[in-house]
Amino acid sequence: MVILRLLIGWHFLYEGIAKLVNPNWTSAFYLLDSQGWFSPFFHSLTLNSDVLATVDFLNVWGLIFIGLGLILGLFTRVATMAGIVLLAFYYLSHPPFVGLKYASPMEGNYLVVDKTLIELAALAVLYVFPTGKEIGVDRWVLGRKKNKKQVK
Amino acid sequence: MEMESDNKENSLSGKVHRREWVKTLATVPVLGVFAYAWYRKRRYDRLLKKNIFSELNMSTNPVPAPPPLSEGKTLRLGIIGYGIRGPHLARAAGFAHPAWIDTVRDAAAINPSDTRYQDFLAQDDLNVVVNGVCDIFDTYGELAVEAGANIYREGTGGKMGDAPRRFKNYKELCASPDIDAVIIATPDHWHGPMTIEAARNGKHVYCEKPMTWTVQETYEVVKAVKENGVVFQLGHQGRQTESYIKAREAIEKDLLGKITLIEVTTNRNDPNGAWVYPIHPDAGPDTIDWEQFIGPAPWHEFSLERFFRWRCWWDYSTGLSGDLLTHEYDAMNQILGLGIPRSAVSSGGIYFYKDGRTVPDVLHTVFEYPEKDLTLMYSATLASQRSRGKVIMGHDASMEMGDTLIIKADPASTRYAKQIRKGIIDPSLPIYTYTPGTKQVDAVTSATEQYFAGRGLLYTYRGGKRVDTTHLHIREWIDAIRTGSPTSCHIDAGFEEAMTAHMGTIAYREGRKVYWDPDKQQII
Repeated sequence: MVILRLLIGWHFLYEGIAKLVNPNWTSAFYLLDSQGWFSPFFHSLTLNSDVLATVDFLNVWGLIFIGLGLILGLFTRVATMAGIVLLAFYYLSHPPFVGLKYASPMEGNYLVVDKTLIELAALAVLYVFPTGKEIGVDRWVLGRKKNKKQVK
Repeated sequence: MEMESDNKENSLSGKVHRREWVKTLATVPVLGVFAYAWYRKRRYDRLLKKNIFSELNMSTNPVPAPPPLSEGKTLRLGIIGYGIRGPHLARAAGFAHPAWIDTVRDAAAINPSDTRYQDFLAQDDLNVVVNGVCDIFDTYGELAVEAGANIYREGTGGKMGDAPRRFKNYKELCASPDIDAVIIATPDHWHGPMTIEAARNGKHVYCEKPMTWTVQETYEVVKAVKENGVVFQLGHQGRQTESYIKAREAIEKDLLGKITLIEVTTNRNDPNGAWVYPIHPDAGPDTIDWEQFIGPAPWHEFSLERFFRWRCWWDYSTGLSGDLLTHEYDAMNQILGLGIPRSAVSSGGIYFYKDGRTVPDVLHTVFEYPEKDLTLMYSATLASQRSRGKVIMGHDASMEMGDTLIIKADPASTRYAKQIRKGIIDPSLPIYTYTPGTKQVDAVTSATEQYFAGRGLLYTYRGGKRVDTTHLHIREWIDAIRTGSPTSCHIDAGFEEAMTAHMGTIAYREGRKVYWDPDKQQII
């Protein structure tokens, strides 16, 4: 479980940092490429540059903090839930359904289930079996809470 | 429960305490490993980029934004021809027909990613007015008047400015004292006579391509423009395309090595692309000044097909050579400074559109530049849109041009041989790509970015704003009139364009190899 957490955390952190250091990166093209039921929503995010800047900011720092959270085991459940929400957005913006074609190249063959969905499911497992309080900084956070309670 | 017992143990034993900390911070070293891996990757990418860039010596800056709009008095325009290209040019100058505004506004309401309305409103005000319009088809003439009056960029029923005067004849428009400059968007056989008339009246001219319909009038146009000192811009808006400007830099830095072959193409496969334009329901002998349409062309009885689909007949048109080869040629002339070729051969035929047209729908023209040791090959079809690129081939690298610019090293290159052996340069990947709109150029671009760029998705936003190249081209002309700065597609470039196109046409029509005599400045 901890290893799974580290792997997913590493992936999130690198995705975030890679975007952070690329001055040309913007989610606009990814969003514009969205297809399926929710595509109007994702397209609408690109229309206003302030909204787009906010989306970009939340995405980059969301990825980085989720990645750090998972690796360190800090606020693990919050990070896990946030990761699930973010992946759900990715999945819904580019659902691999029959008949939908994307400009962004895919590195494999997908039908309904893609890697995003599998990573999402893996995070759901981590959510049900949180490991941060076993091995991770959450152990210390929770310990402090407990100690405070005991003092009272 | 477990935690509670842990806490108890904590207070009892330092050993347990230590184990507690180990469990808490066990995964922190992973961050260290991450940081190290990331540092290695960054260093590798940087090294790769640095090595390639130092070899290429290309500037990493994007093409600078156009200079601020020139100041000065309001320029008074006349528009001659308001059929298909005319309305686009008028919009590029700031004047849209109210019905067009309605259309794009509605389209934007239905499809938010259709930003034509937004882009038009964001287009700079060039400080010009339309004082006169001229079209020999009444309906187009009236539409031009309504567009010229639309100074507030409103839809139907909106507030309008003063209506420009509608002239029935282009000569009257050219003679009108309240007009400083004219935009000509008429059939090919009228470009020359109208430019000459305007220039003789001291009007500045923006003329659609090709510059002329016959060889002889090409000399007369140059003479009239130069003698009267008017500012001339030929309508090759590709001059404003950012990637072409970068391409020129790549050539100047000799990234491609010795260039011996250039391949340019036209690939269309729809009636509109083959000039089978719709016939307007209001059109007829009563609403069209047929005699004025014919003008310098051989007489023919009234024909709606000939009026609306004039590009299909040599009588009014220059065919593929004048309409589409000129765009490709001008792009190459801009980048390589080719000038007029020494010789031309052409072949082709009417193979698909057997609708009575006289111009070919498949055409290939090969131009030779013996002094430059290179061949320019043009190949066109109007019956297949299989994409064939626009490629400059050099011994060391080839450059594919479109909205983006992609340079790939040749596997057998001499110049890059060492880097290819060392693995710094991979001939299957671009050594240089330029995508307009991004903040910097890049040597190592991800496949995804490439893909998006190729599909044109990257140009929806350029610095947060999409810019129309035709607008930039008109703007450059207007700035030139006000400040005396040069136009990019000036009269000399126009002369080269026209003569090159005529050579291709003559070679096809006469079935012979055609030569250019640079001393006599003549086609022989």
